[in-house]
Amino acid sequence: MATVSLEKLVKRYGAVEVVHGIDLEVADREFIALVGPSGCGKSTTLRMIAGLEPISGGNLKIGGKIVNDLPPRSRNLAMVFQSYALYPHMTVRENMGFSLKIAGQKPEEIAPQVEEAAKTLDLTHLLDRRPSQLSGGQRQRVAMGRAIVRNPEVFLFDEPLSNLDAKLRTQMRVEIKKLHAKVQSTVIYVTHDQVEAMTLADRIVIMRDGYIEQVGTPEDVFQRPQSKFVAGFIGSPPMNLKDAEVADGQLVFENGDRLPLPARFRERVTAGQKVTFGLRPDDLYPAGHGIHSGEDADVHDQDLRVILTEPLGNETLVFSDFGGAEWVGRMLNPRRLTPGDTLPFCFDLSQAHLFDRDSGRTLRG
Amino acid sequence: MKGWRPPAPFLLLLPAILVLAAVVIVPLILSLYSSFTPFRLTQPASLYMFVGFRNYARILTDLEFWTAFGRTVLLLTVALNVEMLLGLGLAMLVEKATRGQRLLRTIMMFPMMFSPILVGFQFKFMFNDNIGLVNNALQSLGLTDQAIPWLIDGTLAFTAILIAEVWSSTSVFAILILAGLLAMPKEPIEAARVDGCTPWQTFRYVTWPFIMPFAYIAMTIRSLDVARAYDIVKIMTDGGPAKRTELLWTLVSRTAYADARMGLANAMAYVAILLSILFTVYFYRKLAAARTQIAAEW
Ligand SMILES: Nc1ncnc2c1ncn2[C@@H]1O[C@H](COP(=O)(O)OP(=O)(O)OP(=O)(O)O)[C@@H](O)[C@H]1O
Ligand SMILES: [Mg+2]
Repeated sequence: MATVSLEKLVKRYGAVEVVHGIDLEVADREFIALVGPSGCGKSTTLRMIAGLEPISGGNLKIGGKIVNDLPPRSRNLAMVFQSYALYPHMTVRENMGFSLKIAGQKPEEIAPQVEEAAKTLDLTHLLDRRPSQLSGGQRQRVAMGRAIVRNPEVFLFDEPLSNLDAKLRTQMRVEIKKLHAKVQSTVIYVTHDQVEAMTLADRIVIMRDGYIEQVGTPEDVFQRPQSKFVAGFIGSPPMNLKDAEVADGQLVFENGDRLPLPARFRERVTAGQKVTFGLRPDDLYPAGHGIHSGEDADVHDQDLRVILTEPLGNETLVFSDFGGAEWVGRMLNPRRLTPGDTLPFCFDLSQAHLFDRDSGRTLRG
Repeated sequence: MKGWRPPAPFLLLLPAILVLAAVVIVPLILSLYSSFTPFRLTQPASLYMFVGFRNYARILTDLEFWTAFGRTVLLLTVALNVEMLLGLGLAMLVEKATRGQRLLRTIMMFPMMFSPILVGFQFKFMFNDNIGLVNNALQSLGLTDQAIPWLIDGTLAFTAILIAEVWSSTSVFAILILAGLLAMPKEPIEAARVDGCTPWQTFRYVTWPFIMPFAYIAMTIRSLDVARAYDIVKIMTDGGPAKRTELLWTLVSRTAYADARMGLANAMAYVAILLSILFTVYFYRKLAAARTQIAAEW
C-alpha cells in the first residue's frame, strides 16, 4: 500500500515561501499529474516527496506513515529526473542495476532484472554503452529503466519527456501508460504538457504560485474548471476568456457587443456584476462546421469577421473579432477562408463558462 | 638572382628562438653531455674527456644514491597520499560551507603563497629541539619531559620534512578537488540518494569517480614537485644529519658543488628526471582513464 498524503505541506527558502501549505491525497496505484506554469512549485513539491528537499512545514505521509525526516533511501521510491541524471561513469547496465547493487543484491540476481527492464524499454542492444554515447531519447529510457528496476512503491517523474522531440514524446507517453498498467505503482508525474497530463493521469492537480488550484479527473478539469486560471490553463488552444458585465439578462462586452446570458447562469448572477465569459474554441465555429449541434445545444448565431486562419489540415483555427477582442474558434471539415470575410458563426452557449471577475472562481453551482 | 629569404614569421620569432636556445636548450645539451664525462669543476679540462656510460654505471651500484632514490620515492608516495586525503577532506568541508566560501578558499591557498625556503625555516624553527614550538607544546601539555630530537633522529626528521611538505602543498589538492566538486552536476548525486545510497555510498560510487581526474591532475603536478624536492629539505636538515634525510636533489647538489663532481651529479640528475617522468606518465595515464570514465568533455 503506497498512498501518499500531503498535509499542509509548506516549503520555504529562507524567508520566501514557495509552497503554501498544500493538501493532497494520492490513492494507492493512482496516477497523478502535477501541472502548472513555470515556477509554480511542482518540482519543489516533488522533491519534498522524494526527500531531496527538507520540508518546512506540514506532514508528508507515505503508506500512512509520516516520513518528513526520513532520507530518500528509506522512502522506497524511484525518481526520473528531467535531466535524466544518469551516472556518467557507468554503463547502461550498471546504471540500471545500481540501486540493486546498493541494496546488496548479488550480480547474478541483478542481471536478469536489468535484462528484463531493458527488454521492456528496448534497450537490450545498448546495455554496454555509457550515457554519453546515447541519444536523448535513449537516455530517457535508461532513466526510466533505472526507476523500473527498483520496483518501488511510488514513482516520481519530473518532466521526463520535456527534452524529447514531439514524435518521441508521443511514443514515450504510450510507453509510460503501458508501464503504469503493468507495474501498478503509485505515480506522481510533473509535466508542463497538458496533453501528457490529460492522457496519462487518473487525476490532475493544477498548481499556481505554490497553491493547488484544482484537483480532478481529466474530464473534471476540462469540463468543470473551478477557476478562470484552470479554464485558461487546460485546453489547447486555450479557452476564450473575455471580460463582460451582466445587464438585462445579457452579457455586455467591452465594446458594447452582446451575447445572451447562458440559461444555466441566469440565477447565479446579478445585474451589473463583473464577470469573465469563457468559451472553448470547439464551441465557437462557423455555422455547419462545429462538433455537435445536439438537442441540448444552446446555439447563438452571430456574424463575425475573420482576422486570421491557421489551417492544421483536419481542422482550421479561425481568429475573429467580437466584443472588442480576438476570439479563436475551431472549424471542422475546413474550407478555405480569406481574412476579412464575414460569415455566420455559432456560439454554443450550453458549453459556456462564467467566472466572477474579482475572485476568478466559477459561477457554476 | 634573388637569394632565399626565410619566411617572415620565422624571422620575427628568431630572437625568441635564439634566447630560448641560449638559456634552455644549450645548458640542457651541455649538462646531458657532461653526464658522459668525468667533469670536475676544479679541473675544467676534464669536460673534454668522454667516458661513455661510466658515470651511469657507477650510479647503478652506488648505495648512497639508491638510498636517496628510495627515500625520495617514499617521500613522494607518503606525501602525495596524505596530501590527497587531507585535500579531499578540506575541499569537501569547504564545499559544504554555505557562507564565507570565498574567504575559506582564499585562506586555503595561503600555504601556497609562501616560498618553500620560508616554509623550511618556519618548520625548522618549530621542530627545533630546544626552542621549537612543537617540543614546547608537548612539554607544556605534559606529554613528554624530554626534548625530542626532531631534526636529528632519521625517522623523526623525515616525518618533520613530510609534515612541512604536506602543510605547504595540501592546498594544491584541496583547490583542484574543490574545483571538481563545484563543477560536478548535482543530479547524479540526488539520483544516487533516491537510489538508496547512504552518504558514504554516494561518495564512493558517484562523487569520487567524478573528482578522480581532478585528484590525478593534482597528483601529476605534485609528483613533479616532490620528485625535485630540494628547498625545504635543504633548509631544514640539508640532507643530514649524517645523510639520514638525503633526497635525490640534495645528493645531486652535494655531489656537484661540495664534491665538485659535476659529471657524476649530472648523471644522477638525469636518473632523477627519469623518475619524475615515470611518475608523471603514470598519473597522466590514470588521468586519461579517469577522464574517459566520466566522459569528461575537457
Ligand atoms: N533553491 C532555491 N532557492 C530559492 N528559491 C527557489 C529555489 N528553488 C526553487 N525556488 C523557487 O521556488 C519556486 C518553485 O520552483 P520549482 O522549481 O518548484 O518550479 P516548477 O513548478 O518546477 O517550475 P518549472 O516548470 O519551470 O520546472 C520558484 O519560484 C523558484 O524560483
Ligand atoms: Mg520543475
